[in-house]
Amino acid sequence: MYDTIVNFLRKCIFYVLSVGPIPNHIAFIMDGNRRYTKRWNLMQGAGHKVGYSALMSMLKYCYELGVRYVTIYAFSIDNFKRTPEEVQSLMDLMLDKIEELLKEESIVNRYGIRVYFSGNLKLLSEPVRLAAERAMLATAKNSKAVLSICVAYTSTNEILHAVQESCEEKWDEITLLNSSGGYEPDENVNLIKLTDIEKHMYMAFAPDPDIIIRTSGETRLSNFLLWQSANCYLYSPSVLWPEIGFRQFLWVILNFQRIQVYLDKKRKQV
Amino acid sequence: MKSLTPPLLRCLCLNRSMDFIRPKRMLYFWIDKIRNVLLRLSWHLVHSIINLCYFTTGMVHALESHLISRGLLRKYKSLHISKIRYLAIVIESEDACRTSNVIELLQWLAALGIKHVSLYDNEGLLKKSKDIILEKFDGAVLFQDTHENNVLLDQPRMTLEFVSFYDGKEAVARAANVLLMKYIKSGGIGSNQGEQIFTESQMSEALKTVGSGGPEPDLLLIYGPARCHLGFPAWRMRYTEIQHMGPLTCMTYGSLIKAIYRFTTVRQNYGK
Repeated sequence: MYDTIVNFLRKCIFYVLSVGPIPNHIAFIMDGNRRYTKRWNLMQGAGHKVGYSALMSMLKYCYELGVRYVTIYAFSIDNFKRTPEEVQSLMDLMLDKIEELLKEESIVNRYGIRVYFSGNLKLLSEPVRLAAERAMLATAKNSKAVLSICVAYTSTNEILHAVQESCEEKWDEITLLNSSGGYEPDENVNLIKLTDIEKHMYMAFAPDPDIIIRTSGETRLSNFLLWQSANCYLYSPSVLWPEIGFRQFLWVILNFQRIQVYLDKKRKQV
Repeated sequence: MKSLTPPLLRCLCLNRSMDFIRPKRMLYFWIDKIRNVLLRLSWHLVHSIINLCYFTTGMVHALESHLISRGLLRKYKSLHISKIRYLAIVIESEDACRTSNVIELLQWLAALGIKHVSLYDNEGLLKKSKDIILEKFDGAVLFQDTHENNVLLDQPRMTLEFVSFYDGKEAVARAANVLLMKYIKSGGIGSNQGEQIFTESQMSEALKTVGSGGPEPDLLLIYGPARCHLGFPAWRMRYTEIQHMGPLTCMTYGSLIKAIYRFTTVRQNYGK
């Protein structure tokens, strides 16, 4: 009964919010799981499990409001520096949750979500990589919304990978031209254009984010979506990730609506 | 009495039902209109309350800033300024022509002992005014890409760097072409085999070659209407703390001190 009333109230609030602009793409840096574990004296890994429930709630709010793209920073390449036990427990949690996502009654099927895993997936262990590929294949036909999970990801690695792909593409073109009659590339001509690099980014399937939310009050992006966040509203609530809720979500949407005209103007200038 | 023909009967029934439907439609139309008006009013009311909250907190911040500037708040009296090796300032392009504000800000930073400042605006208006700024603010030398980063901190005067969109995404495209030429000369080794051809340090070197290889700022201060970095070079922002200072026209010395103090209390794990 309580849940029904809460859901109804939330839908009313979203109805009012929809009068103003709604973001198309929101990204989350889920920071603060370990601090949460420490603060509440929980067992190791418990913070991440509570964090997963917080993530499901935030996804529900996003898709109910009509946000089409959601991106989450699940695991950075820098996180491989953690202790092997911690990395393994995070990989196990990820494997577990990917399997859960693919179940019939999961949020993915409820909202028609297509799942992408963005990052250098070759750095992942085989079971996780295979599960990720399976999840991408299983949800390929969904078209109502998109969930992008950044694993083994950093922006600098993404940029480097895009540059590398662009070089390989141009090399193939040059080889082809050479085989049909000598072609000497001119050093003064820029063969690689900005559009070539952009189309090879891991996140090329999604538009640039409108909002990036990083919890725990930290004000840095930690190598996340640096390329895509030029005209993006950066929000850093002090709450830890497992504690994030509807209140913070509502506040960020209202703040986005206050400055959306300015952000839109900046985007059009590019 | 003439009997009614089917078409005429159908027409009469239609007219009667339309007489019934018309007020119903009008009712739905007006309910819809009233609902839209109420929704809009609610939305505007919520935003007016938020604007009022921001106005109030703005007053509080202005007072706090004034107290900090006067040195009345003990917490901000001693700053560990050495923690900031490289500072970046992002300025909204519409404010970039306010060179007097920019120079005043640089003077505050020089007085605090900041050794390297990168001034960024997306359209490059600050770059165009760099001669005027360097002339009027004689406490700085222009940053050269040939400088090694550790040498910058040993300079007696502040090093000033002017950055724009040209040094961001466009520089990455130019650096990609430098790497492409190297790749072609090496004969395309490792092509399409899934191997990593370039390293991040090679990318950094290529950026330096094309004239866009400055240091990574420790702290980035945004002077504009929103907390948004407006395209500051992505390659240089991995672990940069980003703080929003409000519009350039409302800048205060106290808010600058507060932002720097806040930075000095941060502890980073770098992913660990």
